[in-house]
Amino acid sequence: MSMVENPAAVPVRTVECDILIVGGGFAGCGAAFEARYWGRDLKIVVAEKAAIERSGAVAQGLSAINCYMGMRWNENQPEDFVRYVRNDLMGLSREDLVYDIGRHVDSTVHLFEEWGLPIFTDPETGRYVREGRWQVMIHGESYKPIIAEATRKAASEVHERIMVTHLLPDATDPKRVAGAVGVNVRDGSFYVFRAKAVIVCAAGASHIYRPRSAGEGSGRTWYPPWATGSAYALLIQMGAEMTQMENRLVVTRFKDGYGPVGAWFLLLKAVASNAAGESYESARLPELRERVGAYADAKPMPTCLRNHLMLQEILAGRGPILLHTERVLTTPEKEAIGWEDFLNMTIGQAVTWASQGIEPKSEPSELILSEPYVMGSHAVCAGAWASGPADVAPSEYHWGYNRMTTVPGLFGAGDTIGGSAHKFSSGSYAEGRLAGKAAVAFVRDHPDLPTVTAAQIESLRATVYAPLELGARRSIVTAGTVNPELLQPDHALTRLEKIMDEYGGGVSANYTTNRALLERGLHHLATLREDLPQLVARDLHQLQRAWELQHRVWTAEAVLRHTLFREETRWPGYYYRADFPHVDDERWKCFVNSVYDPATGNWRLFTRPYHPIV
Amino acid sequence: MPTYVLTDKCKGCMECVKICPSDIMHIDATQGRAYNIEPSMCWECYACVKSCPEAAIEVRGYADFAPLRHLVMPTRTTDRIDWKIRMRNGDLKEFSFPIRTTPWGSIRAPQETPEPTPDAVASELLAFEPDYLAVEALPTLPKPPRGG
Repeated sequence: MSMVENPAAVPVRTVECDILIVGGGFAGCGAAFEARYWGRDLKIVVAEKAAIERSGAVAQGLSAINCYMGMRWNENQPEDFVRYVRNDLMGLSREDLVYDIGRHVDSTVHLFEEWGLPIFTDPETGRYVREGRWQVMIHGESYKPIIAEATRKAASEVHERIMVTHLLPDATDPKRVAGAVGVNVRDGSFYVFRAKAVIVCAAGASHIYRPRSAGEGSGRTWYPPWATGSAYALLIQMGAEMTQMENRLVVTRFKDGYGPVGAWFLLLKAVASNAAGESYESARLPELRERVGAYADAKPMPTCLRNHLMLQEILAGRGPILLHTERVLTTPEKEAIGWEDFLNMTIGQAVTWASQGIEPKSEPSELILSEPYVMGSHAVCAGAWASGPADVAPSEYHWGYNRMTTVPGLFGAGDTIGGSAHKFSSGSYAEGRLAGKAAVAFVRDHPDLPTVTAAQIESLRATVYAPLELGARRSIVTAGTVNPELLQPDHALTRLEKIMDEYGGGVSANYTTNRALLERGLHHLATLREDLPQLVARDLHQLQRAWELQHRVWTAEAVLRHTLFREETRWPGYYYRADFPHVDDERWKCFVNSVYDPATGNWRLFTRPYHPIV
Repeated sequence: MPTYVLTDKCKGCMECVKICPSDIMHIDATQGRAYNIEPSMCWECYACVKSCPEAAIEVRGYADFAPLRHLVMPTRTTDRIDWKIRMRNGDLKEFSFPIRTTPWGSIRAPQETPEPTPDAVASELLAFEPDYLAVEALPTLPKPPRGG
């Protein structure tokens, strides 16, 4: 029996530090950089599931920085950004958090440029070239490796190939965080990180809902397959208050390859039509006004409402929806911009064009609405309820340390922090910096390492390695993947995706659900949970998949519970509560929050008021 | 397949194993060469393709929707990336883009900059602000009257 088949024999590696950063994506890289700037003497440790040069949502690269104010040229002020985000999220945002991103993000982008990120600059004005009001164009193939270089220099240690499975509560005060545990999926050792402060910078989630491509192509989700909802699962199990978990994201993308449309609409000024070549948005406005009232005339039209109009056109049988690339790729320079857009950030779309023989300068491409994703940094704001900045946060939104969750010592950034959409790469990095600085302040005020007992470690170690133990037992079946006693991670994932798709408002349900469906979905999720002790792993890779699955199940449960609680359809185009089909500002212009109690296993859902600040 | 590995080129150097964000590039125990162990969790992100010193890794589009006979291949150097695209009808396209304007390794670490005073940690300013904002001061608002 190898060591990984016997949890009692697994080596335990204990890493003591001042600040632990879970996840080395953009938010985590920002946290490490800023924590080092303010905490020169501190031990700052990053725990990362992959390798930070190519991890997180920006692993592949990007073609634009989607959040930049341009305050130095008076292009936008943070107040403008708050109004934009509020509008896009149908009136609901944690405006203190949004404002904070807006006022800090420019200094982050200027750092990136100094470090060597090529940003398109207009030779005449010296200004960055705008894709749209908030976006600047970049040659971003190496965006992540450049940012990772700064992180390697800033962090005391970067531990890679660590699947962080659980946060560790303080043994003497379970409401305070004391670190985290995880598996090194290369050598199988059990990592125990003890820290005075923890910043969770993990990812939102793909594969909560069944993707449109369900075979080999299921890897071609829009958000990466390695985004497994750890941002939420780790926090929920610690009892952190969560917000807006119902606010899942559906994106308009090129069909199959899921290439983004931003540069095409905003920079190249391409237009979309139905199959007959007709534009369809204005004809559908009266119906939209009936559904959402004045939000239908908000400028720019909220992302979810654009989705809604496209969906209605498709349901009316007027698809496919076409993006007329052939009308805008009129020069070799524009053709190169169009291809670079994908070669930098969605190479799979270039592969799709090459394989399907689509020549974008001579024919249009199909658009489609993606399956839903759960995240907090794009045009949605699921995540943890966090303290805002001291100088602008309403007192109800402020409890001492910026970006600290309701769990003392537990901070977050990027997808982890809720109520604050449109961060994208630069805003997530800026938010990581804010959390990194605040964590230094927390460590200065709380210099003692929280208590962790051997019993805690032993209990978690047994839990974490249980799937491998099951895999090492003598099987009752001859061969193959069918076993009445065991649940494979990929089988469990398919089951989860099917539940969410059919009951929680996925693609096959046209994003529609209702109370009865959600209650049924929660029932099926509960039985999935009952089977999870039978999750089996035959190797360390499958052990990682088993824990990713567990994190996705926690995320999915929060989504269903929040969707059930909010009795309205606030974001048509993201999802529909068929039993409450309208926007209901009177009852629901507020945040839906939840707290899971790890002691009792109960969820509590409630509302928090929305306070505008500009 | 996402990614597939050419037998005659792969030397089993592990670079793809080290970089893959999805943990799906592994070494086959009998051949000593890399392969994609879980194509349905491949994002076609090309991290392994770009990292391979032998140009042994290529991508065949997802079986769900990609017809055969195509190839999209990069060559990445220290300051640029060159792409060659072979379309299904045999047409070839080539594109070339810069990736970095400074030498690799040249980033100044935060601890190499002057240390802030201890009390500055209580301010709203991040490192190098307000200088790096390129405006006079960090914006703020009058404290909102509402909210408890």
